[in-house]
Amino acid sequence: MSINSADTAWILVSAALVMLMTPGVALFYGGMVRRKSVLSTMMMSFAALAVVGIIWVIYGYSLSFGPDKAGILGGLDWLVLRQVGQEPSAVYASTVPHLAFMIFQAMFAIITVALITGAVVERMKFSAIVVFSVLWLTVVYCPVAHWVWGDGGWLAKLGALDFAGGTVVHIAAGVSALSLARLLGPRKGFLGKEPMEPHNIPMVALGAGLLWFGWFGFNAGSALTSGGLAANAFVTTNISAAAAAFTWMILSWRQRRPSLLGIVTGAVAGLVAITPAAGFVPPLAGIPIGTIAAAVCYNCMLFRMKRGIDESLDVWAVHGMGGTWGALATGIFSSAAVNSAGANGLFFGNALQLAKQLAGAAAVWAFAFIATWILGKVIDVTIRLRVTRMEETLGLDISQHGERAYGGMMR
Amino acid sequence: MKKIEAIIREEKLESVKRILEENGYFGLTVSKVSGRGRQKGLSLQWRVGEYRVDFLPKLKIEVVILDEDVSKISHAIANSARTGEMGDGKIFILPLDNAVRIRTGEDGDNAI
Repeated sequence: MSINSADTAWILVSAALVMLMTPGVALFYGGMVRRKSVLSTMMMSFAALAVVGIIWVIYGYSLSFGPDKAGILGGLDWLVLRQVGQEPSAVYASTVPHLAFMIFQAMFAIITVALITGAVVERMKFSAIVVFSVLWLTVVYCPVAHWVWGDGGWLAKLGALDFAGGTVVHIAAGVSALSLARLLGPRKGFLGKEPMEPHNIPMVALGAGLLWFGWFGFNAGSALTSGGLAANAFVTTNISAAAAAFTWMILSWRQRRPSLLGIVTGAVAGLVAITPAAGFVPPLAGIPIGTIAAAVCYNCMLFRMKRGIDESLDVWAVHGMGGTWGALATGIFSSAAVNSAGANGLFFGNALQLAKQLAGAAAVWAFAFIATWILGKVIDVTIRLRVTRMEETLGLDISQHGERAYGGMMR
Repeated sequence: MKKIEAIIREEKLESVKRILEENGYFGLTVSKVSGRGRQKGLSLQWRVGEYRVDFLPKLKIEVVILDEDVSKISHAIANSARTGEMGDGKIFILPLDNAVRIRTGEDGDNAI
């Protein structure tokens, strides 16, 4: 195939947009923790950029997208980017350089790891985070990416649809976050009902803004071409984000006051839910998908709090459950008229698609939860997952990084 | 001499400052403080649900006055800082050994 310069430009820009989402996650999460741990929270995301950015080109990309081995994993043929060059790949994104597709995918792997860190803030040792990031990428992300997106992956062959990573990114990250948070236990004072007050909500809003912006690269970039399909994904994405932000605003208003933290959380929930569907559903499907996403995530968050689980920044409620709803919604609203590579969903007379979506979501749920639990256990018995009580009291910024966010006694 | 420490509402700073000035006390020190009393706390929202913050922001005014002004000044502060609602604050009156004006080295009542 020959290279199409418009497609190439769009994929490269999209890769850059998705890259910016990880600093967005850093701000989004950083503002929601207490001031003594803001740097450590942001550091976890930047560490993903540093660590996964290297691992991906050494073996991550090959394990995920390399020539298929039994539908489970990619082979090692593309280790250290061998055979990944300026010419298009024979199987993926055949109108852009293989390198462009590879780096676009790298950004997804990075942000998925960064997303999980919201569950473990203010108490997980930084060295354990780095080790976990490497192991999790290798053992969970690469196989799941292969199942869903790899040429020959078993969920792809089954026909489970995931346009831009509702399952690969959001279910995998959200469920793993829950698993790891349960293993790690709550922050000191969490069960004593000490308020874990967000220390800088404007920072959260800035992060959410960067996420919304970057998400156009995430979803519309996943068209892998720059034509109508990208436009469809772009529009569904914005509609769903708006619908969910609006719904969450109303929910918080009904409870008491329309909160900023609420409206931005809603936007993220809507973006998560539309992710698997963006290039398979007609634009206006974004309204029900976003609206229901907000209601689902809102109630999951309430449930999580009622159960006294310190999955601190609700990665499970927003990404895990928003992603699950998105996977199912894809099976409801998808239309082969939107994307011939897709399928008709329940709404267009094909209930089977919903069953396939459910199977895909369930498989990734189970795998991510169990594999993360095992990885967490291994790290805990070797180097320990958690900082000491004293380090936790002092705050992770000083105890893990020797820095503080708001230094200087005066001025 | 006595030291007055008054915990007041943030929005009452201007009127307290004015009344002190009218009574001849231009100098004062103000700090932002947090505290709690009968006003109890404040309920804030998280992404879902609410949490309580039971330390509320107040201002602490410190001013050193002559012994004979204690009653006049404490009443003036109270009157100018009052809304009648819970949370108006408190005035503490403390004995003070001495004071020194750093620039000139004057001490005692002359330093106030």
